[in-house]
Formats: sequence, structure tokens, C-alpha cells
Amino acid sequence: MPEKILEMKNLIKTYIMGDEEQVVLKGIDLEINRGDFLSVLGPSGSGKSTLMNIIGCLDVPTSGTYYLSGELIRDLPEVDLSHIRNREIGFIFQQFQLLPRLSAQKNVELPLIYAGVPEKERQARSAHILERVGLADKMNNRPNQLSGGQQQRVAIARALVTEPTILLADEPTGALDQQTGQQIMALFKELYQEGKTIVMITHDADVAKNGSRIVRIVDGNLSEGVYNA
Amino acid sequence: MLKESIKMALENIVSNKMRSFLTMLGIIIGVGSVIALITIVSGATSTVTDQVASMGANTVTVQVQGTPLKQGLTQGDVNKIAELSNISGIAPTISGQTSVAFEGNTMDEITLQGKNDVYFENTEDVISSGRIIKSIDTENESRVALIGNDIVNELYVGKNPIGQEIKIGGITYNVIGILQESDSFSSTDTNSSVIIPYTTAMGVVGAKYINSMTVYIADEALADTTTRQIEGVLTKAFNGDEDGYTIVNMQSILETIEEMTSILSMMLAGIASISLVVGGIGIMNMMLVSVTERTSEIGLRKALGAEPKQIQLQFLIESVVLCLIGGIIGFILGVSLAWVVANLIGTSFALTASTVLLAIGFSAAIGVVFGFMPARKASRLNPIDALRSV
Ligand SMILES: Nc1ncnc2c1ncn2[C@@H]1O[C@H](COP(=O)(O)OP(=O)(O)OP(=O)(O)O)[C@@H](O)[C@H]1O
Ligand SMILES: [Mg+2]
Repeated sequence: MPEKILEMKNLIKTYIMGDEEQVVLKGIDLEINRGDFLSVLGPSGSGKSTLMNIIGCLDVPTSGTYYLSGELIRDLPEVDLSHIRNREIGFIFQQFQLLPRLSAQKNVELPLIYAGVPEKERQARSAHILERVGLADKMNNRPNQLSGGQQQRVAIARALVTEPTILLADEPTGALDQQTGQQIMALFKELYQEGKTIVMITHDADVAKNGSRIVRIVDGNLSEGVYNA
Repeated sequence: MLKESIKMALENIVSNKMRSFLTMLGIIIGVGSVIALITIVSGATSTVTDQVASMGANTVTVQVQGTPLKQGLTQGDVNKIAELSNISGIAPTISGQTSVAFEGNTMDEITLQGKNDVYFENTEDVISSGRIIKSIDTENESRVALIGNDIVNELYVGKNPIGQEIKIGGITYNVIGILQESDSFSSTDTNSSVIIPYTTAMGVVGAKYINSMTVYIADEALADTTTRQIEGVLTKAFNGDEDGYTIVNMQSILETIEEMTSILSMMLAGIASISLVVGGIGIMNMMLVSVTERTSEIGLRKALGAEPKQIQLQFLIESVVLCLIGGIIGFILGVSLAWVVANLIGTSFALTASTVLLAIGFSAAIGVVFGFMPARKASRLNPIDALRSV
């Protein structure tokens, strides 16, 4: 019996621009089980990032329900949402979003600082996870001393280090050349095999194929399973 | 968390050296000028009060103008004051004009002063050679005199005047000492003066009144009470006419000086702190720029789980660290400036712990006050908007 860790029911997100209302997500129903590697595929402007923001608890739905690890995510105070993000979500961004002044290891330690993990443990855990993504010898490098692929590995290590419920990646290969992108995808697959839950957003059908499940989002509507390139 | 924030703040300041320095300049100048002013004024104050205190913080001076009925104090009045408690001694002074003569040579327009042993015991460097007037001279109305340098040079050419006779106002005295030479800065010209026991001036010369006196107080803490008691005796002596005398309590002069200079230094510091406010606005400006520049960093930190409070704290720490560094530089510059000025004008230089605390406290407070708004702005950024601004 698979463990359900995410459940969305009739989720609607509406943006109000001036006096015009734009419905970006039009009633999304989605369930994710532990260990899924879900690709969310869709064209530009379809609402992928909007959905990702809601999954990542950076935003809340206009209506409908969203349960993450059994907890109802709604219009909570910012401080509560920040705790949920820290505990449940590991973000991986298209542009890596590493802090340029910090070493790779310090970047990885960042979410642990906000989790209140003591320094010794932070160092041990960040070193361990950097080793896991193949950067044992680059821990003291700053982002500008790393290649794009290495930077994305640091970002992945940062997402993994808190052992979140979901790894949430928005176009993780979008800023990389094809070969490096494939290496990153190989790492994602390894993580999937280790049992990590991954949600990956992409507009690239080839990249989406790496997932164990694919959902398509078109114009704010989500449909499962059928894959046609 | 705090340690991390301070480290990050320092890294940020170092990575923007030029801009950080320019921003700090306002704080440096502000703190520097406030500290320099306070240190200089307090050094000058302590020099002035030391000088006043060396004149005797434990003294009450009475100047007698006299009334038409009674031109000065009598020995009886002085005795009454001497009987008061908390008085360690009284030095009366009688002043007049006279002429002196030795071996047929005469000098006119000589200042004659009658004093007693108490005066000499409490005053340094009155004579350059010989001996001072002792209590036995006062008791016996001895005919002994201390003479000034001009008199020595004119009447005793080639002779040691000590042990010689001198005629003062026609009466013969024994010269027992020579007065310290006075220069143009001295408050009294002793070069053409003679000093004799005041009792001799009354008994032998015939002076009726004492023109002024210095009363020495045993316990300074009770100076005010004793001053009032002296005033009581004086009022009675002049039949209630308060115009007959002026009474000055050194302790109260000291207090007045200290009060005035502390008001002065507060005023100066107040003016200088305007530059601190300007410096603070500079800090606020830099912090606002920094928040805008680092929007995506703020968004990322929020995505990674930073609470708004933690973001706010981070920026607040940055502004406080910036101000503290500026404050420390300003403090060092201000103290150096004060030291140079104190050496130039010859006042004392003292660095108090409260000045150090003031500098540190002030700069930290400016960091908090002017960093608050930018920090709050950072903490309120919407993470989605912040992340998008790559
Ligand atoms: N804050 C907002 N206010 C108003 N409209 C918004 C806002 N954010 C997104 N939208 C609109 O919602 C729609 C979906 O945007 P979204 O960013 O989710 O698309 P996307 O699928 O991620 O596209 P892309 O592949 O280009 O990143 C777009 O039409 C966009 O203009
Ligand atoms: Mg998008």
C-alpha cells in the first residue's frame, strides 16, 4: 500500500490583475505517493510554476484543498509556512540560486541553519551529502569556481540535506547543456531508486520521460498518464 | 544563527569595501566629532576645576566692602567665625598703601598687606628665601616683614636684606624673608609689596578693619552649612546689611563650573550628533540598496525556510555591524583628535569608560534605528516575487 504524501483536490488559483480575473489553475486533482518521480510537463504559461509555488508552500491556493504530509496547507502565517518549507520541501531551481559569497559546503548548510541544526552536525551532514553528489573535492569552492553542472549538484545537495518529504525541481536542466543535463537526470534517477520523492517541472518532453509518472498541464488543466510527444 | 548572521554581515561588508567605507563615513565623522568634543571639553573641565580646586576647594573667601558705619571686620568678628564648628583656620588680610625706607632711601606706593601664619601654611611658594610669618609673630604683633623683589633691588643693592632693618610707614621692622618674584601673569604684584603680621598692622600701624579673609573648612562635605553659619555671623556683624560683604564658597564655584561645562559639552555633542543622523540616513540608504540587490537571495532564504524574523535580524545585524565598525573607527579618530588638541592647548586628556560605552552604544543604536526599515522591508518580501527577480 503506497503512502500518500501529497493530495490536491479541485485546486484553483486565480490572479487578479486590476479588475480582470485570471484563473491560472482550473481545478487540479493530484496525488503523489512516497517514492514517486513525477514529471509535470507543460508549455510556457500553462501554470507550471504556479503549481510548483503552491506545492512548495511559497503560495497558497485560492480554493480547493492541498494536503502535504497530512497537513492542510492554507493561508497560514508566513512563519508557519517557512517551517513547513524547511521541513518538507527541497527546492532545486533552474538558475541554481546559490549564494555567490559562500563556499559549496556553506551553501548546503544554509537550510540546516534555519532548521536550527548545530554547527558540528551541519558540517558533517553537508560534507556527507556533497560526497553523495560527487563533489567531495569541491566543498570549499565558491559557485563561480564550479561548472554549471557542479553548481546544480550543489543545489541538489542543498535540497537533499534536510531530508525533505519532496524534492521540488523547476526546470533543473534548463540552464545546462544537453550532456550535463543528462548527467543531472542520471543523478535524479539514482535518487529515485534510493526512494526519494521527486516532483520535476519541465517543458521538455525528453526530460519528462525520466520520471516514473508524467502529468501534463495545459492551460491550467492537469491530465495524467497519456504521453504523446 | 546569530554567529552566522554576524559572519555573513562581515563578509558582505568586506566584499563591498568601497561602498561600505563611503557609507560608514557619515558614522565615522559623527561618532568621531561627538567623542572628540566630549573628551576635549571634559579634559578642559577637569583642568579648570583642578586649578580652582588647587586654589582651595575647602575654602570660603569673604571680601569686605564695608558699610558707611563699619568699614570692615574687627578681630571680634573673626573670633566669632573661628568659634564656629568645622573651621580649621582663618587667614585674614589687611591691605593698604605705604612707603618703605632703608638707609635714607625711600620708596613710595608700596602695597602693605597684613597676613597671618594660616595664610602661609596653606599657600605654596610665597617666599623665595628667608622664613614665613609664624603664629608667634601674629600673637606678639612682631615687627617682622617680608619684602618684594623691587624693594630688594632698590634698597639693598649688594646686600642680603634678610636680617636687615626696614622702615615701613616710619616704623622699623626686621626683614625675615623675600617674596617670590611675581611675573605679568600673576594675579597680584608682589614685587613692590611688603607683608607683615596682620595683628601688627592692627596694633602697631593702627588699621581698624580686616578687608578680607579666607576661611578654611575642615570637612568639605559640610561646606554649605558652614558657609551659611559664616554668613550668619557676617550679617550680624554688619547689622543685617548684606551689601557689606561678599562671601564665596569655592565648592559652589566648582559645582557651577562643572554644571556649566556639562551643559556646554551636551550642547556641542547635540550639534555634532546631527552628523550622526546624516550618517544614519546613509546607512539606511545603503541597506535599502542592499535589500533590492539581494532580492533573490532573500527569496532563496525564504524558500529554504528562513522566517521573516530571521531575515529581518540578518539585515539588522548587517546595519549594526556596519555602524559599529564605523563607530569604532570614528571613536579612534575622535580620541586621537582629542589627544592632539589636549596636548596643543595644554589641558588634561582622560578617556573614560563611559565615553567608550557612549560611542559603542550610539553606533549600535543608529544601526538599529536606521536599519530597521530596510530590514523589515526585506523580511516582508514575497518569496515568489523575490525568486523571480533573477
Ligand atoms: N503573480 C502573478 N500575477 C498575475 N498573473 C500571474 C502571476 N504569476 C503568474 N501569472 C500568470 O499565470 C500564468 C501561468 O504562469 P506560470 O508562471 O505558472 O507559467 P509556466 O507554466 O511556469 O510558464 P514557463 O514555462 O514560461 O515558466 C501566466 O499567464 C502568467 O502570466
Ligand atoms: Mg515557470
